[in-house]
Order: sequence, then C-alpha cells, then structure tokens
Amino acid sequence: MKARIKFRKYGSLRFIGHLDVMRYFQKVMRRSEIPIAFTGGLGVGVTSDGEYLDIELTAPVASERAVAKMNAVMAEGIEVLSFVQIPDEKKYSGMTITAAADYRVTVLESARSAEQTRCIPGILKAQAEHFLGQEEIKVWKTTKRSEMEVDIKPIIYDMQVGDADIRLFLAAGSEHNLKPDLVMEAFLDFCGEEKGAYPFHFHRIDVYAKNPDAWADEKAAHVRGAGLVTLESLGKKIGE
Amino acid sequence: MRKLALNDEILLKIEKPARYIGGEVNSVMKDPEKVDIRFAMCFPDVYEIGMSHLGIQILYDMFNQWEDVWCERVYSPWIDLDKIMRKEKIPLFALESQDPVKEFDFLGITLQYEMCYTNVLQVLDLAGIPLEAKGRSGEDPIVIGGGPCAYNPEPLAEFFDLFYIGDGETVYRQLLDLYKENKSDSGTRQDYLRKAAEIEGIYVPSLYDVTYNADGTLASFSPSVPHVPKTIKKQMVLSLTDTYYPKRPVVPFIKVTQDRVVLEIQRGCIRGCRFCQAGMLYRPTRERDVEKLKEYASQMLKNTGHEEISLSSLSSSDYSQLKELVDFLIEEFKGKGINISLPSLRIDAFSLDVMERVQDVRKSSLTFAPEAGSQRMRNVINKGLTEEEILTGAGQAFEGGWNKVKLYFMLGLPTETQEDMRAIPELADKIARRYYEIPKEERSGKCQITTSTSFFIPKPFTPFQWARMYSNEEYIARAAIVKHAFNDQLNRKSLKYNWHDAEITVLEGVFARGDRRCSKVLLEAYRLGCIYDAWTEVFDYGKWLKAFEHTGTSMAFYNERERKIDELLPWDFIDIGVTKEFLVREWERAMKGEVTKNCREQCSGCGAARFGGGVCNESKN
Repeated sequence: MKARIKFRKYGSLRFIGHLDVMRYFQKVMRRSEIPIAFTGGLGVGVTSDGEYLDIELTAPVASERAVAKMNAVMAEGIEVLSFVQIPDEKKYSGMTITAAADYRVTVLESARSAEQTRCIPGILKAQAEHFLGQEEIKVWKTTKRSEMEVDIKPIIYDMQVGDADIRLFLAAGSEHNLKPDLVMEAFLDFCGEEKGAYPFHFHRIDVYAKNPDAWADEKAAHVRGAGLVTLESLGKKIGE
Repeated sequence: MRKLALNDEILLKIEKPARYIGGEVNSVMKDPEKVDIRFAMCFPDVYEIGMSHLGIQILYDMFNQWEDVWCERVYSPWIDLDKIMRKEKIPLFALESQDPVKEFDFLGITLQYEMCYTNVLQVLDLAGIPLEAKGRSGEDPIVIGGGPCAYNPEPLAEFFDLFYIGDGETVYRQLLDLYKENKSDSGTRQDYLRKAAEIEGIYVPSLYDVTYNADGTLASFSPSVPHVPKTIKKQMVLSLTDTYYPKRPVVPFIKVTQDRVVLEIQRGCIRGCRFCQAGMLYRPTRERDVEKLKEYASQMLKNTGHEEISLSSLSSSDYSQLKELVDFLIEEFKGKGINISLPSLRIDAFSLDVMERVQDVRKSSLTFAPEAGSQRMRNVINKGLTEEEILTGAGQAFEGGWNKVKLYFMLGLPTETQEDMRAIPELADKIARRYYEIPKEERSGKCQITTSTSFFIPKPFTPFQWARMYSNEEYIARAAIVKHAFNDQLNRKSLKYNWHDAEITVLEGVFARGDRRCSKVLLEAYRLGCIYDAWTEVFDYGKWLKAFEHTGTSMAFYNERERKIDELLPWDFIDIGVTKEFLVREWERAMKGEVTKNCREQCSGCGAARFGGGVCNESKN
C-alpha cells in the first residue's frame, strides 16, 4: 500500500536540506514503527507548510494514528500534517504528478532573521503589473552542465504583490520547474534594483498536481487554476 | 521556539548550518532556572566527528539524569564559522540552549588525540575564556580535561583548571557536589580547586611545581601545597554492567562519521601489544553483561531509528559472549533491515561465518592489522598474530568469495631493520599468492591487497614509552624502502601501498610525551593560526616549525632520544594500576623479542589486579 505524508518545516529546521530531511524521515519511520518498505525539494533556508513524502507501507496504518505516532518522535521544527493512502500505480507518485507550487515571499528587515518582516516596497508593488505584462521574461538558468537563457513567463502561473507579502504560483516538478528566488531576481532586475537589494524569505504553501482524477476528494481539494489540486487531496484517509 | 545563537544570514552562508542549531532528536532541554550546574561538554573537533564519540554520549546521558545538572554539547566551529565569529565577536555557544559557554559552571573538554590541542585553544578563545588557567576569574567556567590524552596532561597543564584521570562514570558526582558546597559557602575558585585536588583521580596542575635538570629532563615534580596527593590514581568503573549507558543517544540531522547505534561490549584489552596505550590504560579488561547489551540494542534502535548497529571494543573477538550477542542481533534485527557492523574482529572461521551472515553483498574488504611485517618484529611488539594465522584467515576468506584485503602496519618500531621493512611487501605478496592458488574458474578476477603504513609513536604508559622516534626525513626514507620493495614483488599489480605523512607524526610524538614547557609551542602555533591540525586540508607544518623556532623548543629533545629507565617522566605522577616495573620488564622482553601471554592465558602481574575486578578475577570466580 502506498501512503503520502504531508508535513511542514519551520523554525531552525529550515537549515536542514532536502536529503537530510529524507534521512531524518527514515529514522522517524523506525522510531514510530510505521511499517515501511522507501520512495522520494526544498533548498536550505526555505520554510514550508507543504512538504510531501511518498512511502510504501508493508501493512496498513490508520491515518490519525500514524500522524500521532510520528509527531510523538519528532524534533521541533518539523510536524506531520497528514497521512493518506494514494493509488499504487506509478503515475500517481509525487514526483511524476507534481505540476505547481505556491509560495509566500516576504521582505525581511534584515537577512539576519526571518522573523521580522517589513511591508512590500512601493516600487515592487508599482512594477508588478508591468513585469507580468512583458512579452517574455528571460532569465539565465544554470544547470550542472551549462548556462542558458530561458523564458519563464509561461511558467509563472500567478503573481500577486500585496502589502504584506508576494504570492507566487509557479511550475514545479519534473517537466517544468521554477524556483521562487529566480523569479524574484528577475523581478528586482526589472525594477532596476540591485540583486540582493531586499532580503527575501520564501515559504512554500503547498504543492499541486495536474490530476482531475476520481481519486481526488472534491471537497478537500484546494483547486487552483486549470484543474490543479493539492497532492494531499489525491489521497484518502486510512481508517482504523 | 528555540532561539539560535547565529543569525539567518550567517547560517545560510556557512557550510552545514545543522552543525550549530542543536534541537536534534533526544537532545536534552532543561530550564536553566531549575538546575544548579550548567555543564558544557566539548569535543574539540567538528560536529560530525564529535557527535560520533561514544564517551561524550555516555557522560551527556549521565549528567542529564541528574536533576540539578544540565549538560550541553559544544564542538569546534568549522573554519568558515570560526572566521565569522572572530570578526563579528560572536561568543562560542552550547548547542542546546544556544547560550554562551562562558556563562556555564564547567567546560569539560575531551582529549582524544594530540592533534586537537590547538582546537582546545580555539574553543577557549572563542568562548572568551582566558587561555591560561592562571588568568581566569570566578566569572569563568572551571575547565576540565579528560580522555586518553589526559594521561599525559602536561603539555596542556597551563590551559586547564583540572584534569579528570579515569573513567568518567566515577567521581563526577563528587566533583559537582563539592562545587555546589563551595558555592553555598561563598568559596572562591581557588578554594574549589584546592578541595577538588583531594578527590581521588583529580589533578589540579596549578598546585604542582616542576623543576628541570641542566640537560632539560625533569628533575622534580611535587605538590606545592599541603593535602594535595603526590600521585593521582586512575578512577575505574569495575562493573560496566551496573553503570550509565545512553539508551537515548542524540540523533544528528546530518550524516556524521558514526551514524549508528554503538554498543560498547567491553572496555580494555587482554592482548598487551607493547605499542598500544589503550591496552594499558584501560586494564583490567571488563565486559558488559550480554543480556544487558541485548536490552540496550533493542531500546537504542527503537529510540534513535538508526538503520545500523555496531559493536565497539578494542578487540571484539575477545568478548566471551560474542557468539550469543551476534546471533541475537542477527536474529532480531536482520529481518528489519538493520545493518550489523562488527569492527575489530580477528579473521578466523568464526568471524568469516559471522560476516557472511550479516552481509547481503560480499563486496566489503577484509582487514588485518599485523602491525609489523616480520615475525621477529611482531614478537618485539607482542602482536600475537602469526603469518600462518594471517594466511589461513585470508585463504578461508578468498575461498568464501572475498577478494579484497586491507593490511595495516607501522614503520619506525623499536629495533626495526631494513629486513623488517621489506617483510611488509613480502607478506602482502604472500597473501596475493595464496589468492592465486585458487583455480582460475573458482576465483572472482584479480585480488586487491591494499597496504597502509603509519609511523609508530611511543605513548606514555606503554612498554615503549622510553623508545626513540625519528626525524621526518628518516620516516619518509623508510616508507620509500617499503615502496621500492613493493615493486620487486611477483604480484605487484595486485598490491597497493599508501603511507601516512610524517609531519603530523613528529608533532604528535612531541605532544604525546611532552612536558609543561610544550604549552609555549602550542600557544605560539595557535597564535600563528594553527587549528584543525588533524585535517590535512587545514594543517600547516610550516607554521608549526616556526612555533618551535620562536619558542626555542627542540623537537629532537622530545622525539629523537631514547629515554633512560630512571628518567623522571612527565606522567610518572599518574598511577594507572599497571606498574612501572611491569612496563620496564616488558620493554626488556621486547628488546629480546620475547612474547608475553595475554591476560586469559596467563597473568603477567601487570599490577591492574589491585582494582580487584574484570579479567583479573575471572579465573577466581
């Protein structure tokens, strides 16, 4: 049986990278005696309310009990939010179906602390519409092998610049993947500001899948845009 | 939420911020208002190394079981953070509370190897504690040293308020109670140190005077005040079964060197290899009860979620209940996907069988530590491993499908000749020949015999404590002889040879047997920028040479002379139970190439029997 764990990462745990969080969860499974068999990000410095991990169970465990058991052996800075069953077929695994993610970006008083935020500077608010109104938004993307110029405009699904924060809804997953820092860098550049002019904090809200499937619990699904639903809503609760 | 000592900007800039944030599963949080004593326990190396040390985990658990004490961990900040902390004047902090170390009552530093000595200074410096004990006031924590290097504490004497000699499980309670008592009596730091010196096993260096002869050797070493003991007696836990053991060890967020549950099955070793300091310091050998160990294994795996369990001891094959323990571990945990690792096993039919059972894939290599190439040399060092045993063990392994062997040797041992050096590649070649005796269709390709040599460093409290060392150049010349001899071997294509650098060796030699005057060199080296000397990418030998030059200290005086039997040695004031008479006898037997039997075969009267426990009492039960 396959299960999907949704967790959030906050506080000092944002300094633990994706691979270490995966290692951490392996040990959590053993400590909480969740019978697992394993399958499989975030960068260091990002907090999140929507982190997912798909696992293979060797025996069923009730959702509520699994959440309680895991949270009982958890370090501060990480909390399991839900535990649901997902279909066994490969096409439903988190990596294959992930299509988008949304983020809350805040501007910090100083890079020294993610706790103290300030209002979104006027120039950013004023320029948002123009930024998005461009024909194309070209940025330099560096990969392991090369550096190339790409147009990120089509994969910015939404961008709302408010008084307290900036909301980004971006492509995520194996097909297209756009990191929020890259968008903010391009935005600053567009506004004529220096790279690093404002210290940002990135918080991931949730991850979405393009899968308007029968499995999705319509009511729980946080439907956004073209049939995108949260990864969590694609699973169903496991009863006692 | 816990506060952090470092701000986000710094944490995002440095390598592996998880080294500094604490908050790991099983780390202990207490209310500082509700404890009487705050103890900072430090391993003066980077987090991944320090977190892998069992001794600290044992003491951390013991201290935190006491309601009036909160023990927290401190490690050396890596060089990236070290620079930032100096520049921004951020004081060194403990991981749990993230509070400055300077606010603590005690700073305990474990001394596991000589090459961490400049890191001791780094820790004190970053904490804002005066480097020299004489410069400290009531505001500073009491700085305690312990661990194997505390058995010759003299090169560090100026930097520590006191040293704890022996197993940590014994007199710490007394030391802390005395601290509370002294505090409520409004006693001073000096009052406390005076009284602490009367606790058995506690050495307060400031209360002793040292004089030197014209030739530089020690003339006298004695207490400068009344009621302070002339000799410091090593403290020992006689029953390892009935003492502290960390059932809930801290689980790091990042991968550390020892990323597994560690079961200490015994302390001490019955073998009596003449170069081995641990083999003498931890006499008599004491075993932990096998039923207790089974319990610990289950609890610790459950509490940590680790995927691997490892046995720890100086020589696991000598643990009398090994078979029972290993059978239990395999039966109980193998099916749950737990790896079982068994280091320091002698290679024989039993261990090969065990290794076959614990490993799914037989890719790993086999390790032998003959330590010397020729039988003559092995007799001198009392390494009871014969060529026949090595070849038989390797042969069995080859027939069982192994084809990789690792061999460990030492160069520069007392009485070593060129013949002894050449015997190292010859032995490696014999092992390879044994492999190629197996018919081609039954063996899996070529074999790979990897030989590594390190240079022998005489250590205090060993029969070789009087032996001379050599210069850097001489060591490299010896390694070159071995290297050339490798080229002459029939199976040279299957043999690989690595040797260690000699620069660290000669420094380690000085500080292992150094006296109080060596502290000048340490201070100067630190001032010149030396830290993390155990890390080749950071180590700077040039600075060390300057430090010796600037302080007018001769490396040759400490390393390149054979000490006379009647010379007063800097560590003679410590009584480890093993007598000097025994060490002299062993030194003389070594020179004659005579082998001494192990503790279970025949008692050789080393003196450790006076503790009245462990292996010394086995036959009497």
